[in-house]
Amino acid sequence: MRLRLEKRQEPSRLMVVVTPIAAVLLTMLIGVIVFDAIGINGQKAVVDIFLTPLLASYKWQDVAVKAAPLIIIALGLSIGNRANVWNIGAEGQYIIGALCAAGVGIAAGGAGGPVIVMLMVLAGVAGGAAWAAIPAALRTRFSVNEILSSLMLTYVATQILGYLVGGPWKDPNGRNFPATAPLIPDQTLPILVPGTTIHLGVLIAVILPFVFWAIMARSVFGFQIRVVGSAPQAARHGGFDSKQTIWLAMLIGGGMAGLAGSLEFTGALKAINLGFPSGYGFTAIIVSFLGRLHPIGCLIAGIVLADTYVGGQLAKTSVHIPDSTAGIFQAMMLFFILASDIFVRYRLRIVRTQKAAPAMAAGE
Amino acid sequence: MSDTPPRLGLRGISKRFPGVLANDNVSFEVKAGEIHALLGENGAGKSTLVKMIYGIMQPDAGEISWNGERVVIPNPKVARKLGIGMVFQHFSLFEALTVLENIALGMDAKIPQRELEGRIKQVMEQYGLTLDPRRIVSDLSVGERQRIEIVRALLSNPTLLIMDEPTSVLTPQEVEQLFVVLRQLAKEGCSILYISHKLHEIKALCETATILRGGKLVDTCDPRVETSRSMAEKMIGGNLRDIHKPAGRSFGREKLVVTELSMPGLGHFGMSLKDISFRAHAGEIFGIAGVAGNGQTALLLALSGEATTDDAQAIRIEGEEIGGLNAKQRRLKGLASVPEERNGHAAVPDFTLSDNSVLTGRDRLRLAISGIIRPGRARRYTGEVISAFDVKTTGTEATAGSLSGGNLQKYIMGREILQKPQVLVVSQPTWGVDAGAAAAIHQALVDLAAAGSAIVIISQDLDELLQLCDTLAVINGGRLSRAMKVSEADINEIGLLMGGIHGEGAAAAPSAPAPSAIGAEATSAA
Repeated sequence: MRLRLEKRQEPSRLMVVVTPIAAVLLTMLIGVIVFDAIGINGQKAVVDIFLTPLLASYKWQDVAVKAAPLIIIALGLSIGNRANVWNIGAEGQYIIGALCAAGVGIAAGGAGGPVIVMLMVLAGVAGGAAWAAIPAALRTRFSVNEILSSLMLTYVATQILGYLVGGPWKDPNGRNFPATAPLIPDQTLPILVPGTTIHLGVLIAVILPFVFWAIMARSVFGFQIRVVGSAPQAARHGGFDSKQTIWLAMLIGGGMAGLAGSLEFTGALKAINLGFPSGYGFTAIIVSFLGRLHPIGCLIAGIVLADTYVGGQLAKTSVHIPDSTAGIFQAMMLFFILASDIFVRYRLRIVRTQKAAPAMAAGE
Repeated sequence: MSDTPPRLGLRGISKRFPGVLANDNVSFEVKAGEIHALLGENGAGKSTLVKMIYGIMQPDAGEISWNGERVVIPNPKVARKLGIGMVFQHFSLFEALTVLENIALGMDAKIPQRELEGRIKQVMEQYGLTLDPRRIVSDLSVGERQRIEIVRALLSNPTLLIMDEPTSVLTPQEVEQLFVVLRQLAKEGCSILYISHKLHEIKALCETATILRGGKLVDTCDPRVETSRSMAEKMIGGNLRDIHKPAGRSFGREKLVVTELSMPGLGHFGMSLKDISFRAHAGEIFGIAGVAGNGQTALLLALSGEATTDDAQAIRIEGEEIGGLNAKQRRLKGLASVPEERNGHAAVPDFTLSDNSVLTGRDRLRLAISGIIRPGRARRYTGEVISAFDVKTTGTEATAGSLSGGNLQKYIMGREILQKPQVLVVSQPTWGVDAGAAAAIHQALVDLAAAGSAIVIISQDLDELLQLCDTLAVINGGRLSRAMKVSEADINEIGLLMGGIHGEGAAAAPSAPAPSAIGAEATSAA
């Protein structure tokens, strides 16, 4: 008896849904085993990281606020990933987006109100898209691999942030900390649920997946992205321009990351300091794949990943493990989802080997 | 003689794949020194069967015997040790390496280079295969590349040589040369299992033919006494349809005019196009013959608009300059195309047939209006294609990848033809398609021409072109020969044009063995 992988005639729709769930469950299981092995109460750690944030109502707002940027960035990245355009630099585009929003806010001085806030957010979108335009131009003009260029630009963005918040934009009243002055209330996003931290950006993060879904399913643009990703030659045969596709995918990915950055700045943090880049742009890559590159999948996966962020902080106090443990869990999830992908196209079958006695004239 | 055991014996061989029984209880024998044809449509199970003989796959049931003794062949290395050699349809050669290096890489035993070179030279001399072992593979013609594979197989002194569709890439003269080698091998006692669907070749070469259909052995016959038609009908299990070509056809206006079109080649080893000129008229079927790798791919891409040129006037459709337009814009002008590769080029395998209709029909048929896809219209059009072209599928929402090659090709041809293009450019319209589907596709092309469109067929299958086309030109080394009327064409001249500059040396003596049998058969069919 042995196991054999057999190609399915059609990709399994069931497995598309089952494997992400299995990836999360496997991650939890492995987590229990590993923590128990190193002498920490594994069950409690896993429950705290995965379940407590969802079960305790006072943690819901934290999950929602953390999920919003993850979902928004992941939506943009999914478009690129579907078209085989690999934008790894969403973190940098997120930073530039927030900085552009801050720049508009500073330029507006004491002025505020919905128009200014809208301009700030739009500046964030434009800034993120512009940052992503650099790898897009390098790729289409000089065939520079966008994985490397977009990733490296993230570090450039971090340096720009460090320069601005430590220099020209430093809060004069901030006891010399490298941080911008806090936004005046008129330049912040409205809070949706009074008494919580849930801001308008959360609502946007809930609506956008449905907009993206409609675009991907019904528009010629969504069709173009799907064809380019699935069969690039067929896309050319259908008259779709591959350079245009790369440009669009990069600009949308960057624009969404910039949107997330500006919403996070105007809605949640209200000031930019050196700790502003918190890895959302990288975690969103996991969200995008855990969500199967599907907009609604991104919505769900964004909540799951935000859950582990919040849970990681909880576990720090309850079972005394570093909150970077959440990062380990997130990476494990990505690992399992990528590994289990094979079951969408293949099925596992147990075969009985009839003893293939090598009765051939092997002696000679 | 009668009590010598057969070289190869198959008894009750069965092999199942998910959803299909590829071989069902197949039994036959190949005698020593026999040239044995394995005949069948695509998907009949020929390739699966020989893969089991060569040890690439294992049968689920049944047994293989070798010189009368039962054997299990777990891998190709064991097969080679037994004395089984195989020349595949698709070569496995490294373009950047020399002939000698390629052969050395494929040898089981490590042999010093000088000794190997000596043995290669000896084998070549013995069988009259001319090839300089020090040449780089990328400079060689397809026929010459095949010679490398043959030499590689012969170096291990096989007593059974399996040839999988060996002539699909050769010129008529090269086919004749190959047959001379195979006959010599057989005379020396080597058995040959020859896989093909070209019936006149099998008649000219083989003593026995085993015919497979749907994985089952349906008949064993002597091809020398059968007619091509009788074997074809056994192969498809029904009557062969004739193509009705309206008599006394006349051509209309010029539809497609190509003037001195030059394009750089694709990639490092791609063939570039040089000064291609031809014109196709309304109602005309214009054929472009040639051996694979002589610029056909580049030509199709240049005509379809997947590659564009700055020289806009190089390609004109009904007088309009379209050289600079992409595929989408050219479709709107009335130029449709069907590339040779079905999966991943003409169609997206993961997409439904409806979505694949959107791929090329979205503008001309308004399956998408102002950027929004109309799934209802796409389904309706796809349904029309399926019923008009008799595509066997579970429906409009089946993925393209789930269709068999022949059915997918019928769908793709139907998708383009029902758009009523002014000009249709097709590459290898019936490549890897069963005889029934091929006849349907040929008829559809003839009908489209009769309705007033101009059709350009790029094909390596000379018989197909002679049968279908009104006018024929040959592409070689990226250049197109002058066009000639098929009714007046000389098969010998076409063969020489196909061999072209590549043939020097190798095909230097082509004038002697005139492939008259092939020519006669093909033209009489047309």
